[in-house]
Amino acid sequence: MSAALQNLVNQPYKHGFVTNIESDIAPKGLNEDIIRLISSKKNEPEWLLTFRLEAYRRWLNMIEPTWQNVKYPKINFQNISYYSAPKPKKKLASMDEVDPELLRTFEKLGIPMHERAALAGVAVDVIFDSVSVATTYKEKLAEVGIIFCSISEAVQRYPELIRQYLGTVVPPGDNYYAALNSAVFTDGSFCFIPKGVKCPMDLSTYFRINTEESGQFERTLIIAEEGASVSYLEGCTAPRFDTNQLHAAVVELIALDDADIKYSTVQNWYAGDENGVGGIYNFVTKRGLAKGRNSRISWTQVETGSAITWKYPSCILRGENSVGEFYSVAVTNHHQQADTGTKMIHIGPNTRSTIVSKGISAGQSNSSYRGLVRITPTARNARNYSQCDSMLIGSQCGAHTFPYIQVQNNSAQVEHEASTSKIGEDQLFYFAQRGIDAEEAVSMIINGFCKEVFQQLPLEFAVEATKLLSFKLEGSVG
Amino acid sequence: MINANSKILLEVHDLHATVSGAEILKGVDITVRSGEIHAIMGLNGSGKSTFAKVLAGHPSYEVTRGTLLFDGQDLSALAPEERARAGIFLAFQYPVEIPGVANNQFLRLAYNTVQGQRGEEELDPLEFDDFVREKMKLLKMNPDFLDRSVNEGFSGGEKKRNEILQMALLEPRLALLDETDSGLDIDALRIVANGVNQLSNKDNALILVTHYQRLLDYIVPDYVHVMEAGRIIRTSGKELAQALETHGYDWIHTNEQITGALP
Repeated sequence: MSAALQNLVNQPYKHGFVTNIESDIAPKGLNEDIIRLISSKKNEPEWLLTFRLEAYRRWLNMIEPTWQNVKYPKINFQNISYYSAPKPKKKLASMDEVDPELLRTFEKLGIPMHERAALAGVAVDVIFDSVSVATTYKEKLAEVGIIFCSISEAVQRYPELIRQYLGTVVPPGDNYYAALNSAVFTDGSFCFIPKGVKCPMDLSTYFRINTEESGQFERTLIIAEEGASVSYLEGCTAPRFDTNQLHAAVVELIALDDADIKYSTVQNWYAGDENGVGGIYNFVTKRGLAKGRNSRISWTQVETGSAITWKYPSCILRGENSVGEFYSVAVTNHHQQADTGTKMIHIGPNTRSTIVSKGISAGQSNSSYRGLVRITPTARNARNYSQCDSMLIGSQCGAHTFPYIQVQNNSAQVEHEASTSKIGEDQLFYFAQRGIDAEEAVSMIINGFCKEVFQQLPLEFAVEATKLLSFKLEGSVG
Repeated sequence: MINANSKILLEVHDLHATVSGAEILKGVDITVRSGEIHAIMGLNGSGKSTFAKVLAGHPSYEVTRGTLLFDGQDLSALAPEERARAGIFLAFQYPVEIPGVANNQFLRLAYNTVQGQRGEEELDPLEFDDFVREKMKLLKMNPDFLDRSVNEGFSGGEKKRNEILQMALLEPRLALLDETDSGLDIDALRIVANGVNQLSNKDNALILVTHYQRLLDYIVPDYVHVMEAGRIIRTSGKELAQALETHGYDWIHTNEQITGALP
């Protein structure tokens, strides 16, 4: 039985192809000239170049953190190319102008933009290596005043908005990788939902790393004004290379009074092979500011890929009655490592947060939940509920939980629950005795385990996440 | 019901089996025809639960010698799920809990898997819901069982009823009931026994593994076997169970009269 399960889990990564598109790639290495090059390639205003250079100078004086529960060889930041864009680079007026090779890539990825976007009613922005290739549905959204475009385009067209908000939630000196991103970010998505507008469709971005030695440093900024709401989806894949690639993104969300931002991620970057060779280092800073009264920021993530996942999508609950949510499934197999969780910083009165984290470890992998709940002195009647469940498949993997709770206001209510379970031989035998084979049994158990998180995903993503998980864990029980 | 002409369903000869290297079964022989009800009794550790698990194909147990034929087919070649689909059902002594998996979802998957195997129609969730609710009445089960996670937080009695519910759904040809009576109060025992009796017919067979005679007051066996140290040491009719209840298992070694009363 365990052999069958091993085979099941160990299916090859299906997004591991490379697309033959000519790239405009910057020489490897990081220095002020490279940053100036990126900035000039993107025709950026002076203030943004200054923002980048200041971030770079801070980064030079920062020390790479080592407190995380993941291990990797020291990254040589001079051996990465910080800019890679598919050629030709002329402005694309419509989807028809996109390089057909690129379109085929998206089809291989299962996202034919024309049909799928139309069918699903999803507006898709695609970031290929570092550059946003196309944003669909732009006009339709513009009719209700929504801006959804690449951040490069936003810099050109809405510089005041970018200048007002960029770096306000994750300041350039926030942490080592945020500083690096602030210095070299090349593209990403920008989304602005004006006052009172409920975004009529889910907005979606697909990220793809295609070049072997390029890093991907995207920057996403989402602003929901008073009473606005938006549901934003993010998907990620990369080809298989034997080298490790760095993905260090920054995502900032800002919700004003009564605004609601729901951010969902299905992350399936290349995880390395079964011996732990290659794969993406997914070191990301994601943070939302629930700035206004009754605002809500909700993170949902399904993390299945990457050699290392290291991220804590967080909420700063500043507005009175604001709400923060974090729903996470992190799956690791083979030699993958994950140290992920959230931070809920309660500042405003009557703020509430919910954390539901599900970690699944198989193979020789290691998965950690790390979360901070901080109730500051001004947060009267704050409430938090945290639930962290871990599931182990096999006997060589690890699951760890590091909850940090800091309460500085005695009216707070903070609850933390944790559990660890194991898919055991007896459970599988029980299924088998009812005629159900191991593959289906594992899939059913895992989906049951993750149900509370999957329920948070938009339907289409939930289906994809369910499939991805079954695929990922096929054959992993020992 | 004994009928010498009915089909042989299970034929076990000189069965030896080990778990982690220790031999538990040391030469079990038993023949079960369709329509029959057999009880296997014995002290704890005699090997009776192991026998049930070996028949069902539990991966921790290894068959080291002997033959195991089900409907003429060599069972040792079949994976546990294939045995289940062929019609062998084990009602577990300790049913496992499966958090997060709704009972109705689990039951439907099991039902449809077996239906598919038999070339019969599978049911969609709505059809299945009607079907399973009907079966639950047989066991006087509360419909809220369907929405709870499989066995999670069930009382001992609820777990056992859930096992018999699965038996009712899957309609096995050979059902092994491993200590189904343990943990049941007298009312629950009656309900479960009544359910099992209604499922019993001339085309299927039942093996009850039990420590006590109590269950056999409600499900009357055609044969009673006594197992000791990994072998069946005595076989007789239902009166053997009564005698064991009265005199205890030691009595069997001092009383030889009953031996040989078997076909």
